[in-house]
Amino acid sequence: MSPSSKPGRKKARPKTTIVALLLIVGVLFGGIALTTMQSPAGQWTPKLGLDLEGGRQIVLEPQVGEDQEINSQQVEQAVSIIRRRVDGSGVAEAEVTTLGASNIVVAIPGEPSEDMLDSLSASSQLTFRPVIVEQQNQPVEITLPQPPEPPKASAKPSSSGSKATAKPSATAKSSATSSGARGTYPEAYPAAESPSPKPTKSSSSKAPAKSTTKPAADKPANPSDEKWAQEPVESLWVKAGVVEKGATYQELVGAYNCADTEHQQLSAAASPKAPTVMCDQQAQAKYIVGPVEVNGSMVEDASSGPETNQQGQQTGGTQINLEFDDQGKKAFGDMTTRLSKFPETQPQNKSAIIIDGQVLSALGTNDAITNGKAQITGSFTPKSGKVLAEQLKFGALPFSFEEQTNDQISPQLGQDQLRMGLIAGVIGLVLVIIYSLFQYRALGLVTVASLGIAGLLTYGTVTILGHLANFRLTMAGVTGLIVAIGVTADSFIVYFERVRDEVRSGRALRAAVETGWGRARRTIIISDVVNFIAAAVLYLLSESNVKAFAFTLGLSTLIDILVVMLFTHPALTLLARTKFFGGGHPWSGLDPERLGAKTATYAGRGRVTIADRQAAAAQEGTA
Amino acid sequence: MASFAQLGNDLYTGRRQFDFVGKRRTWYIASIILMLIAAGGIFIKGLNLSLEFTGGSELRVPGVSNMDDYEQRTEDAITKAVGGESQLSVTQIGDNQVRIQTEQLGTGTPADTAKVRSELAKEFDVQRADVTSTFIGPSWGDTVTKQAILALLWFLALLSIVLALYFRTWTMAVAALVALAHDVFFTVGIYSLTGFEISPATMIGFLTILGYSIYDTVVVFDKVRENTHEAMSTGTRNFDQAANYAVNQTVVRSINTSVIALLPVAVVVFVGFVFLGPGTLLDLALSLFIGIAVGTFSSIFIATPLLCDLRRREPQMRELAKRAAAHQSSQKVAMAASGSRATPGEGVSGVVEPERAAKAAEVHRERASKRTTHPLARLDRDDS
Repeated sequence: MSPSSKPGRKKARPKTTIVALLLIVGVLFGGIALTTMQSPAGQWTPKLGLDLEGGRQIVLEPQVGEDQEINSQQVEQAVSIIRRRVDGSGVAEAEVTTLGASNIVVAIPGEPSEDMLDSLSASSQLTFRPVIVEQQNQPVEITLPQPPEPPKASAKPSSSGSKATAKPSATAKSSATSSGARGTYPEAYPAAESPSPKPTKSSSSKAPAKSTTKPAADKPANPSDEKWAQEPVESLWVKAGVVEKGATYQELVGAYNCADTEHQQLSAAASPKAPTVMCDQQAQAKYIVGPVEVNGSMVEDASSGPETNQQGQQTGGTQINLEFDDQGKKAFGDMTTRLSKFPETQPQNKSAIIIDGQVLSALGTNDAITNGKAQITGSFTPKSGKVLAEQLKFGALPFSFEEQTNDQISPQLGQDQLRMGLIAGVIGLVLVIIYSLFQYRALGLVTVASLGIAGLLTYGTVTILGHLANFRLTMAGVTGLIVAIGVTADSFIVYFERVRDEVRSGRALRAAVETGWGRARRTIIISDVVNFIAAAVLYLLSESNVKAFAFTLGLSTLIDILVVMLFTHPALTLLARTKFFGGGHPWSGLDPERLGAKTATYAGRGRVTIADRQAAAAQEGTA
Repeated sequence: MASFAQLGNDLYTGRRQFDFVGKRRTWYIASIILMLIAAGGIFIKGLNLSLEFTGGSELRVPGVSNMDDYEQRTEDAITKAVGGESQLSVTQIGDNQVRIQTEQLGTGTPADTAKVRSELAKEFDVQRADVTSTFIGPSWGDTVTKQAILALLWFLALLSIVLALYFRTWTMAVAALVALAHDVFFTVGIYSLTGFEISPATMIGFLTILGYSIYDTVVVFDKVRENTHEAMSTGTRNFDQAANYAVNQTVVRSINTSVIALLPVAVVVFVGFVFLGPGTLLDLALSLFIGIAVGTFSSIFIATPLLCDLRRREPQMRELAKRAAAHQSSQKVAMAASGSRATPGEGVSGVVEPERAAKAAEVHRERASKRTTHPLARLDRDDS
């Protein structure tokens, strides 16, 4: 009986396999070398994530009403808009990605300025709604929110101390003075046919909408119709507990609190097809406004510039010039045509320019504007005007956002963590090596070599993925790799133990390696599959940090299979042919006597005695 | 380590066997008691959730050279920047890092956080860029938790299918999942009792534990399956014994694997505790450390005995048990005659040491030869 592999078994070509693996490693690092030569972005080290490199990461959550659904298209749209804004601000290497179904992550390396961040997360969901009712806000609420200090660029609309949700809307930074909310569209551009001589006075019309107690049977005819005020409010107001079910918008005006940021969010989330109630930024006036007639996506271009009066002279202020696309041109034309028919004294003459549930300005309308151009004059500073114009130009986000997290990570802390992580990894690796050598003697060296190859492959893959797919190694990812040391080593243990089992049963080493492999392979594959499923599920269903961890875990599982198949097994097959291992040297880790095979006096079918196999091994060693 | 290798040999040959399956009631009871303690911890003491779940702000000032009176100085700096903060928690991490946690900083705006950062940098004489700030909205934790639960459910569903297909029986999937639930519950219980903070990184750790627990169980079950196949074809041992033998044969591997998996993780835990303090690295490693240890325990003491309880009543397994009983009693009679001492392996795993088996075969042969004189025996031979 031959102690070597059974006839009929596929002839293994261990040398070829190992060479193939070395080729893969060569190609990998050749690829990295190529990237470093070809582009300046290529590098020999993996790209690091924000938590290691330092930088700012913000998670934004869209704010929508109860009956509004967010679809993935809208999220993609929001991502691309934010991305354009980041790029527009000149920050290199920033990343905008989605998180979960609808959240958006903005990651910016380094320390971006607060102004810039504000302009990114600002939703600037610009809408035009016709004003239906305007009334003074009660004085008690005016005194509430405003600190005595003069308004600044980053002044909050409401700092009433409610929850620490930094409002993106704050960044509609028209640090407007009280006059800001009122005015008219200045017909200053040459294309306007009839220059309107006098700007409307800023008097807010009092006693609006004498409560028309008509039964609300007939629906409002147009967005400016006063009947809107008698319509029952949207369910989101009821759910939030602002008013009772069945209340009208007229009643909602009374209940609406300008100082409450939650009310403001509800306004922002209100359906575009329904009217809503909101205040101006200074909380001086409350409005009932009709359904949305023009929205930000209809803005084709927006710029800011010095404000000019009808004579073309600069007045010292800043204005925003809007240009609508065809759809916007018509919608804006229709609206202004209708509004201009109302007397200037009526609130319905005004259109409200709205961002994030606040009226930026409510302008009277003298004439229909059909050329698709509009100017917003508020009290913008040149800077805030520019920010707003850019937001409008780079697109209106489909919804407003709330910051969920806002992390500023210092590069020093990241480096510390990375350094410690790597030190821990190296110490862990050394311990694993010592333990393997202790347990498996010379076989442990195979473990070490396999781990080395696995390490090379992982490093290479992570580096090249950094270049090809912008993969960034984060702390979670590093942890994943450290954990993978144990998982990878386990494959070898399963294999070695199987081989040892076969040796214990009295098989010759060469046969033991083959049979042991046949059995261990199955176990290794199923357990790696399980691990990979875990990693894949985590990767697909989780947010950025978990994703990084899952990715490295999945990656190292794949590499593990590759290494066991293409290196560990062929290496062991080759070693089994040597006298040292095949003969079962006491230090080889496969010494049959140590493994108790010497007691195998009873050899079952297909099993040989110790004497046989030692003789065979000796013979082969010399052959 | 010779003794360890010797243990491996003995476990393999059956000279020494642990009765994992037979003593299952003991493990079950031990496990139930631990579960109750864990449940007590979770439901009475509750969990220490990190800032990510509760919302708030955290700032870290690394590289502080002068740590004297750091608490008071921090409070002063914050008062100076945003006018004070009542719910402030200031701790020292490592030997040169200050961590500040609070539910809300000033008005909770980025601008206020920026002011605090500058003030802290000035106070502790570090670069402003080195100060790390984190702001987390109150609903962030819900998002994270929801995602984790979703991932968990998907993972369990997929896994059940894969295991049932691979092992061609649902019982293994059930036993593996029970062991897994045990691991997670137990790990969470330890977190609750020790008061370790649970952060999103910890939750990643929990999810990874699932993978590891299953992995470990699969390796043992794979051997169980192999032994069952063998038992079915030879009829020498019943399912319980085959399973118990499998656990004994893989116990050395289980120990080696766990030690090797735990070594790097333990180093990370150590480094994390001593030098870094709570953070992704420590949180992950700690949950993994506990989970891996618990996972190894459960795959040996819970999953396999449970599998036996589930499968013992299958008609196939009953049939096997009858055959094995017949085989073993006849062998016992033969071995009793041979005069050597029985090993534990015979009862609990149905493993007979090669020497004893050889002697028994000897006795058998002698008897058979004695029987040749019997007329019926002669008839038998003529027939064949």
